[in-house]
Amino acid sequence: MKEIIMIAITASLINNVVLSQFLGLCPFLGVSKKVGPAVGMGAAVFFVISISSVVTKVIYDFVLVTLHLEYLNTIVFILVIAALVQFVEMFLKKASPSLYESLGVYLPLITTNCAVLGVAIINVQEGYNLLESLVNGAFTAVGFTIAIVIMAGIRERIEFNDIPKPFKGMPIVLLTAGLMSIAFMGFSGL
Amino acid sequence: MNKCLERLYNGIIKENPTFVLMLGMCPTLAVTTSATNGMGMGLTTTVVLVMANLFVSLLRNVIPDKVRMPAYIVIVASFVTMVQFLLEGFIPSLYSSLGIYIPLIVVNCIILGRAESYASKNGPILSAFDGLGMGLGFTIAITILGGFREFIGAGTLFDKDLGLIDLGYQPAAIFVLAPGAFFVLACLVAIQNKLKEGKPNKDKQACPTDGCAGCGNTLCAGRALAEKE
Repeated sequence: MKEIIMIAITASLINNVVLSQFLGLCPFLGVSKKVGPAVGMGAAVFFVISISSVVTKVIYDFVLVTLHLEYLNTIVFILVIAALVQFVEMFLKKASPSLYESLGVYLPLITTNCAVLGVAIINVQEGYNLLESLVNGAFTAVGFTIAIVIMAGIRERIEFNDIPKPFKGMPIVLLTAGLMSIAFMGFSGL
Repeated sequence: MNKCLERLYNGIIKENPTFVLMLGMCPTLAVTTSATNGMGMGLTTTVVLVMANLFVSLLRNVIPDKVRMPAYIVIVASFVTMVQFLLEGFIPSLYSSLGIYIPLIVVNCIILGRAESYASKNGPILSAFDGLGMGLGFTIAITILGGFREFIGAGTLFDKDLGLIDLGYQPAAIFVLAPGAFFVLACLVAIQNKLKEGKPNKDKQACPTDGCAGCGNTLCAGRALAEKE
């Protein structure tokens, strides 16, 4: 139990996926203009990473290891993730149109999100079991959501500030991310 | 021959993937803690880019249009796996310092972007040179970034002590840590904005095609989303 809690805290706060590992930066910068869409993106990432970390772990343990094909993990994982995102999209469209309405646009953006593949590979490298993989995946996504929602909140305020012209847009967002990253470094004392 | 040189020039200067197109930001930020790491990552990516472009171009008439994205991903992932093993076997120090970012080359948008926008439409030799140009452009860019961060953050360059610390230079260690990456990139983009001022806005042209929207030009991903909404 203690290890599980440790994994959860490490994945969500100490090794924050965006601010200290630089994974999933693109949606973090691209979809953080407003809080609403940022929450949607966070939810979609949570959904996909949680499912994909379980599925890739199961495939790795029961297919790749049994057949001694561990070295194919990169190829298999990226294909599984791409197929999974398509499948989740189709399933949501059918089963819960309202959820699809709110998450739908973000799902295609997630296929090439490096955080999803990154988590799958970390799970294998660290030798996590199925439960630990699920927790690691889910809390990585929680960390992503925390970061993107805070960022969106700050950006909504930045809009009205007087920023030097060359720093408008991306540069000020990156500076903000840097400051947030410093703040998150404080968690490493936990 | 001239066309090949033109591809190199295009990749290194005119459409430099990092400085101009702003593609593949994740590895750019993550591995530029030192000039050596940056260069290692850049050259690794270059090898994958050249081979992937070559094979996508050779197979461009065989791969059905509908499944081209998965096919490209398989080609890229195969080469990444090969490169990963070569690094593990021959340069273990680089392998351990790049760590998880080697398999993540698969989702580096420069590679899929070039496969989709150049190699799928042009001959194998030109495509290979396009990959080489783009790869070298990427290598140069992240080596500069890595060197800059290493110089400020540790007072060294390519792991060589420059004697600055003996002169009383206090390294700003934050630049080697995660926040430094954001700061350096922010300044870089700001300088680029300053230089672009007054010139016609060519942003829209630089956007990669749809397959790349997820992790590519972040501005484009955001814009695509805004348009959908």
